[in-house]
Amino acid sequence: MNTRVVITGMGAITPLGNSLEETWKNLLAGKSGVGPLTGISTEGLSTTIAAQIKGLDAEKYIDKKMLRRLDPSEKFCLVASQLAYDDAGLEGADIDRDRCGVIIGSGIGGISTLESQYQILIDRGAKRVSPFFIPMMIIDMCPGLTAMRFNFRGPNYATVSACASASHAIADAFRSIQRGESDIIITGGAEASITQLSVAGFCAARALSKRNDEPEKASRPFDIDRDGFVIGEGAGILVLESLESAKARGARIYAEVIGAGMTCDAHHLTAPLPDGAGAGRAMKLAINDAKIQPEEVGYINTHGTATGLGDIAETKAIKTVFGDHAYKLAINSTKSMLGHLLGAAGGIEAIVTAKSLQEGRLHPTANLENPDPECDLDYIPGQAREAQIRYAISNSFGFGGHNVSLILAAHDAS
Amino acid sequence: MSIDEKIKELVMDKLNVTAEQVTIEASFVEDLGADSLDQAELVLALEDEFNLTISDKDSESILTVGKAIEYIQSQVKE
Repeated sequence: MNTRVVITGMGAITPLGNSLEETWKNLLAGKSGVGPLTGISTEGLSTTIAAQIKGLDAEKYIDKKMLRRLDPSEKFCLVASQLAYDDAGLEGADIDRDRCGVIIGSGIGGISTLESQYQILIDRGAKRVSPFFIPMMIIDMCPGLTAMRFNFRGPNYATVSACASASHAIADAFRSIQRGESDIIITGGAEASITQLSVAGFCAARALSKRNDEPEKASRPFDIDRDGFVIGEGAGILVLESLESAKARGARIYAEVIGAGMTCDAHHLTAPLPDGAGAGRAMKLAINDAKIQPEEVGYINTHGTATGLGDIAETKAIKTVFGDHAYKLAINSTKSMLGHLLGAAGGIEAIVTAKSLQEGRLHPTANLENPDPECDLDYIPGQAREAQIRYAISNSFGFGGHNVSLILAAHDAS
Repeated sequence: MSIDEKIKELVMDKLNVTAEQVTIEASFVEDLGADSLDQAELVLALEDEFNLTISDKDSESILTVGKAIEYIQSQVKE
């Protein structure tokens, strides 16, 4: 029989707060983390809004010398990892660190370092490029640095699948513990790609909302007036642990991870299959993996990015998988308030899903004023809602046609 | 600020060490905890600060605070 896997720690740095507590409180209140884009030149950009990290005092967690040598994505990763590690009570814990791993995803990695060092190369020549350029840029340094910090000597790598990166990481972490290869894995995602080049690229791909005069209303999943996603940044990190290890330590358990499914559309660079077939298959595989029935699922934390095609495809996929039960599901989009944290989105959304199960409260989908007629499910418009949920799904899809669905279960203390 | 003062300040900043640690005899690796990346960064910082180019061969001989001061003084004078 497979080892059971539970969530024992969570840490988040988001546009709605530099802790999980603050982020969760603001999500329940329906607040938006989107504002005018600051810190980079917006000259020539068709989008001038973003969901950015504000007022993070990273020196509280990381020493000054180290901090200078971290790309912002690595900085967000280490701070959120520290918060999750502390939350799980792992400091000084009696655990076998050879059996503790780190699997963390990022969609884009150290692009701000890449941009600034490329500028140095052009302006001042090859000799002036920093010796820290490569370690600051490469995506796998997020898990690498995290392992160094906590002396976790087990499996260690990054996952890269655009906006599904963190969910692939969590799925792999789940499998590693499930098959008995590891006891504990720090997992999730980190992203810091609000740079001139990156935003210009997303603008060119016509992926971003241009509602520049109303930043807080720009991210409107499932609404008829949606016009693209809002780029966000931050990190969502979880501690996954075998149930035996968690019980032996007397650790607090937020929720259990019971299933994962992954597929690919094999269809288009950026657009999903119009009928959401790939997303539907991922949900179906996850449900089968969890050995539950579709009717037992009560809540879906959607990918819900607020793109024209994506929200309709996901809605169709849910209807295909759940039939009539689709209309009874509570469904929301965390991105309606946090914006799209790209490769970190699956991390924070798994955290939100676990919190929802643990507390019996579901945050609303903000800005859903006039639902698209093709999006006719219960997306929790307006206010947060109380609901005791047993099983929930967290969906993440990425450019490239990647689809990941995770199934979390409320933890039954018995 | 004199050359040696400037160098000491730079070393303190780049290696995150105190003024007391930055003695003339202090070895970057053994006493100040520098690794190969730190050393490479330090050479870049010296080049920037004193507006000169340090060859790879020369940089290999800059192993202590004293050696750095000696080297920079000889280059700046020339």
